[in-house]
Parts: sequence; C-alpha cells; structure tokens
Amino acid sequence: MWGFYFEQLVQSIPFFLKGLWMTVAVSGLSLVAGTVLGFVWGVIRAGRGKVLKRIIGAWVDLIRGTPFLVQVFIFFFILPEAGIQLEAFPASVIALTNLSACFICEIVAGGIQSIPSGQREAATASGLSSYHQLRYIILPQAMRTILPPLVGQYVLLIKDSSVVSAIGVTDVTRVGWLTVQRIPEGIMVFGLVGILYFLICYPLIQLSNSLEKRMTVVTTKL
Amino acid sequence: MLETFNFRVIVEYLPFYWKCFLATLWLSGGSLLGALVVGVIACAMRLSESRIISRVAGVYIESIRSTPLLAQLYFFYFGLPSLGIRMPEEATGILALTLNSGAYMAEIIRAGVQSIAYGQIEAAMSSGLSYLQRMRYIVLPQALGVSIPPMLGQAIVLVKDSALLSLISIVELTRAGQILTSDRFMPAEGFLTTAVFYLIIYYILKAFSHWSQKRLIFRGA
Repeated sequence: MWGFYFEQLVQSIPFFLKGLWMTVAVSGLSLVAGTVLGFVWGVIRAGRGKVLKRIIGAWVDLIRGTPFLVQVFIFFFILPEAGIQLEAFPASVIALTNLSACFICEIVAGGIQSIPSGQREAATASGLSSYHQLRYIILPQAMRTILPPLVGQYVLLIKDSSVVSAIGVTDVTRVGWLTVQRIPEGIMVFGLVGILYFLICYPLIQLSNSLEKRMTVVTTKL
Repeated sequence: MLETFNFRVIVEYLPFYWKCFLATLWLSGGSLLGALVVGVIACAMRLSESRIISRVAGVYIESIRSTPLLAQLYFFYFGLPSLGIRMPEEATGILALTLNSGAYMAEIIRAGVQSIAYGQIEAAMSSGLSYLQRMRYIVLPQALGVSIPPMLGQAIVLVKDSALLSLISIVELTRAGQILTSDRFMPAEGFLTTAVFYLIIYYILKAFSHWSQKRLIFRGA
C-alpha cells in the first residue's frame, strides 16, 4: 500500500509545485510591500512626531498581540461587512503585508535608535536636510543592526504564509491538506510539504546567521 | 458595520468565550511546560561533546525552525493515525506545539548558557565544584536570568500559535469566533471578541516581560 501511495504522491508533485508557487507569490508580494511599509512606519516611529508615533505603536501592539489566523479572518470576513469585498488572495496579501510591516517597523525603529545622536547632530550642523540625514548618515549605519533580524523576519513571513491556507488560498499547506484527503499517508504528504518549506527557509536562516556574524564583527572593529 | 455592532450577542456568548479562554490558557500553558522540558533536553544535547547527539538535536531544531507550525500540526494530525496511533485532538495539538516551541526554547537557553564567560566555569572547576554543582550554582542561575525575557517572548508566540489548533477542530478562542460567526453570521462580533481575549493575555505577558527585564538581568563584571 505504501508503495502505491508513494507513486500517487510522486504523480501529484506538479500540484505541489503549483502550491509552492502560490506560497512564493503570497509571501513575495507581502515581503516587498511589508518592507516598504515597515521602513516608512519605522522611520516615523523613531522620529519626533508624537501623535503618529503613538498611533503606529498602538497598532503594532494590537497586531503583535493577536494571532495571525484571527487577523486573516478579520480581513477576510469583516471587511466585506464594511463594504470592501476581497478575494482570498488579496485578503491574505494585505493581512501578511500588515503583519510583516508591524514587525519590520520595530526592527527599523530599533536600528535607527541605535545610532548615537551625535551623528544626527553632526549631520544637522553640516546642513543636511532631514531626508538627506536619513538617506546618507542614519540608515546606512542602521542597516547593520537592521539587516540580520530583517532576513529572520522574512523567514517568519514565509512560515506565517501557511496560515492563509485556512481561508482557501491553495498554497503548499493547502495542497498538502487537499492531497491527504486522497492519499491517507499524513507522514509522507506533510513530509513533502515540510521539505518544500525547508528548501526555502533553511538557506534564509543561514543567511541571517551569517549576516549577524559579519555585521557584529564590523561593529566591534569600529 | 460598527453601528450595528451587537453587544447583546457577545454578552450572551461570554460564558462560552470564557470557557474557550480557559481552554487556550491550559493548552498553551501545558505546551509551555512541555516546551521548557524539551528545550532543556534539546539544548543539553546540542551542547553535548558527542558529535552524533549534538547533530541529532541540530537536525531537530533546524527542521522545526525551517517549517511552519501549521505544516507540523497537520503532519502529526494526519500522520499519527496513518502510523496506527490514535489520540485526542488536544493531545496532538499539545504535542505539536510542545515540539515546535521546544526547538525555539532550546536556542534561547543555548544563547543564555553561552553568554556566560568561560572564565567563570574555569574558576568553578578550580574551586573544586563538580559538574552538577557548577550547573546548579554558577551556570543555570545566570543563564536563566538572561533567558527569561526571551522565554516570555516565546510564551507570547506560543499563545498566539495555539490559535492554529482551531484548524484541527479543537475548541479554543479562535474556534469560539468561528462558532459565533457560523451560528449567527456575525464575524465582526465573533473575531473581534476573540482578538480582545488574546490581547488580554498579550498585555499581561508583555508587562511581566518588561518587569523581568528590569529585575532579573544583572550584568556583572
């Protein structure tokens, strides 16, 4: 029986690759949008505007304090009541973008705050506008602190994208769930799902680790 | 949407939510205890001098960290019966959560242990302390002090992760939201109430984490 199911599973590999493509699409889109949004929020959060800072801080807390699954349900089921009808795919991308933006915001704000204030003062004294200060002085240095956890955050994002299978997006996890109804060998089916995720996430984890080592060396040398 | 927000339904379902809140608490609390045990063992194995033991723990930790919890949960939920092992959903859920969090705990404890300067262990050795005494009086008290804030962070993650258990039909907070939604077609009331309950746990743990960062880390010489 095992051999038969194995053959069946091998035959459905194209289906799994389709799911993998969906996982990559959902997490790739959210990754780009979440990074941009996260950087903007992070810069604001590390800045001086009190009100905006508070609002973003409160929002980040709300998102960090609730499970992603609940957020997905809220975006998918509640927005339609407010008249915004969303398909499962855009709803998942929006929820995942928002989630990653919140975490990236904290990473970016922490990175900016780690730069000694003398740097900003010197830049102001040299007559740089606040945009130029950020662009040429603050962010390049802050990137050292930001980059390793940022890559780590991307790994979390890819893993969290599995949750959107709950609202019917056919990503790898959903494909596994559908396949296991047909091939009742959970170990084999979800072993394959696990391997596919592993192939994406493991190199990224290694990258994050090596960045962490390299960046720390640079900082201690300074 | 919000002008028609029906608080009466929420009040009506409040006892049910309370029951589910307790379910979330015991499911994640149980997994947290399990994860601590698994974490300590996996960390000890990872730091072992035997290559094979260390490699086994490494494979466990890396494969957990590189795959989503949901895939792990389904792996056990669909996989164990195909091996002929049948257990209640709650047990499967706690098992998956424990093994998942255990890997992260192992890394947290390892970072704590490795934060201790080797000179301290050498000093303890030359004072004639045995391995167990060194662990009990020198390494663990300091390592735990450093590890407690990230462990509380992991506890927060664990409580949120327990929401996924609703997908294998365990009745807990997220499931309560789904049930209210399907009973009364009121997703806003259902899921926002669920979110509020999670936020209560989050803010308590977060406050505790802040307190512990002030109180428990001592950075000695």
